[in-house]
Amino acid sequence: MERFSLDAAHLLAGGMVLVSFMMLYQNRILGLLNVFAAHAVVLSLSVAWQAYIQAAPHLYVTAAIALILKAIIIPVALHHMVVRLGVHRDIETVGGIGPTMLMGIGLVALSMVVMLPAAAEADPIAREDLALALSVILLGLLMMVTRQNAISQIVGFMSLENGLVLAATGARGMPLVVEISVAFSVLVAFIVIGVFLFRIRERFDTIDTQALDDFREGRE
Amino acid sequence: MTAFLHLLPFAPIDALLAVPGAAALILALISSYKLGARLNMLASGITFLFALTLLFERPDPAVGFLFVDDLNIVFIVLGTFVGFTTSIFSASYIGHEIEIGRLKPGYIRFYHGMYQALSLSMNLGLTANNVGLMWVAVELATLTTVLMVGLYRTQAALEAAWKYFILGSVGIALALFGTILIYMAARPVIGEGHDAMVWTTLVAHAAAFSPELLNVAFVFLMLGYGTKVGLAPLHAWLPDAHAEGPTPISAVLSGLLLNVALYALLRFKMLLAANPFAVAPGPLLVTLGLVSLIFAGFMLYLRRDIKRLFAYSSIEHMGLIAFAFGMGGPLANFAGLLHMTMHSLTKSAIFFAVGQVAQVKGTQKIADIRGLTESHPTLGWSLVVGVAAIAGLPPMGIFMSEFLLVSSTFARQPLLAVPLVFGLLIASGALVWRLTGIAFGKPSPSVVDAGKRPSMLPLIIHLILVLIAGLYLPGPLVAWFQNVARMLG
Repeated sequence: MERFSLDAAHLLAGGMVLVSFMMLYQNRILGLLNVFAAHAVVLSLSVAWQAYIQAAPHLYVTAAIALILKAIIIPVALHHMVVRLGVHRDIETVGGIGPTMLMGIGLVALSMVVMLPAAAEADPIAREDLALALSVILLGLLMMVTRQNAISQIVGFMSLENGLVLAATGARGMPLVVEISVAFSVLVAFIVIGVFLFRIRERFDTIDTQALDDFREGRE
Repeated sequence: MTAFLHLLPFAPIDALLAVPGAAALILALISSYKLGARLNMLASGITFLFALTLLFERPDPAVGFLFVDDLNIVFIVLGTFVGFTTSIFSASYIGHEIEIGRLKPGYIRFYHGMYQALSLSMNLGLTANNVGLMWVAVELATLTTVLMVGLYRTQAALEAAWKYFILGSVGIALALFGTILIYMAARPVIGEGHDAMVWTTLVAHAAAFSPELLNVAFVFLMLGYGTKVGLAPLHAWLPDAHAEGPTPISAVLSGLLLNVALYALLRFKMLLAANPFAVAPGPLLVTLGLVSLIFAGFMLYLRRDIKRLFAYSSIEHMGLIAFAFGMGGPLANFAGLLHMTMHSLTKSAIFFAVGQVAQVKGTQKIADIRGLTESHPTLGWSLVVGVAAIAGLPPMGIFMSEFLLVSSTFARQPLLAVPLVFGLLIASGALVWRLTGIAFGKPSPSVVDAGKRPSMLPLIIHLILVLIAGLYLPGPLVAWFQNVARMLG
């Protein structure tokens, strides 16, 4: 049982790294959003599995937040936004997909080389989960660097954040995990609202609330 | 004094959070600008008074999530003081911005509420006895300042807020990973749960932590909180955020928020220093500090916007402070603490002056601001004194701390002193050169007359404090700073 629970935890964390790679080569925004939703689902499964093997019921809350907010609400909201604003065109990548994938492989190797010896004294679940979580974080950073489109940068940031939640839940008995994941969700919500405002600004050349204010002042 | 404190139904340290928290909720409902500004001043003043009471009596560190020791009380008193004087400046500044229509009256509730929320998050970050709680506080401070920077809703302001937001979030994310690693390092020694995230327990047991894990953690914490400190090459958000937001927020950013992030770095540095096998954090800080100092020194020559100019000067001084703490040892740490205090006071005073300059001249472009000492003598000469202080000219307090830093570096690492002095000279030269254009010569036209002038009081108080510190430091203060300097190792 012990062996199996370890393997399952590593399988799920490794699955997140794999989905991170899938995000790197998506060249359409809508496809990217779908893959991000899959990333969040794997995260939620992984956190729920940690909650089960650590017998830590509060982690189920984190898993539920990941599932509802990141796998459903945010992708759907971004999807609507993208379709309505008509920006579902190809994503430009810097340096092409091949070199980006190679860099991604390099980053995963780097995080293995750094984390496995450093965390040797921690227990094995945490040790390998931590290395995989760092891979997810670095791949998210790589995505933010290589994409120029605001929405794909945000998806990169959110996948980075998924890596952080994975690391925090892998650290057995870490307090404040639920609070921190809520704090991060607030941050993400702000980002999404920010994008929304920015898109409006780009389209109408101004924020329309300001135009409304001017209009009202004119009538008073 | 202490007898009086015992009569209170709550601990003064809780009041540091409760007063701004309650004030934020009340101010969010008050749309009258005059009443709001007064309440804002009152709340900041009360917070400052409670911070002062901590000098006399400290709470028991074993109880609750908050604690006070010799190190963070310096930051708390300084922070609440600058918060208080900035609220006085903000009252007249924001009044003028509403008059000229740059700020919509509807945003006043938002502005004052956020001001107190920022104060709350900074006090929480400084007093938290828990690495996770401190991280949450820094995140909260980032969010509130992002919203404040975008307050004017112009394209430039929104872009600055967005850039700050994205860079700040990445920084915060890296800091969280570092925090998780610290917990992982502590868990085998201290055990699971809250204790493994409490500062006081962490420092006591740090010698037994896995040094490899601590090293990796410090790299992430350094990059994460270093972004918030504004160390080059992680500084890109800082000039935009200072230039496009309301000037009181520029003063708070430079005078306070950078210090909170620096405080976090210092705490983790102490943690590493307590472990004999971990890598020495000093050289990392020294390198980043020198890079910031020299980079910002050169960038000062290229600036065209007056607020951006002083934002780069903040990068330069944060670099100096990081260098001082990186050098370590009683003398350099003392210089770092003194420099941090002096920089907070001087830089916020300069922003008070710059805010008024931008209002009377109607522009932030350096080329369009000339002959201030002739057209507005009090304001012009205060700015001259402030810039002379920040450029490190004697007899002001910054001269003293820079002198201490340079002499201690020469004594211990003469090779490092060369780039240090080079950077200092470059930066001072740029500031003095810019100042002559702004302050002297034929005055440029003003857009508002000197009839209704904002209060000069906060500006003058800050400059007098800096001048006094340059001439004479009281004995108890010196003894206290020496004690903290020893604590920092």
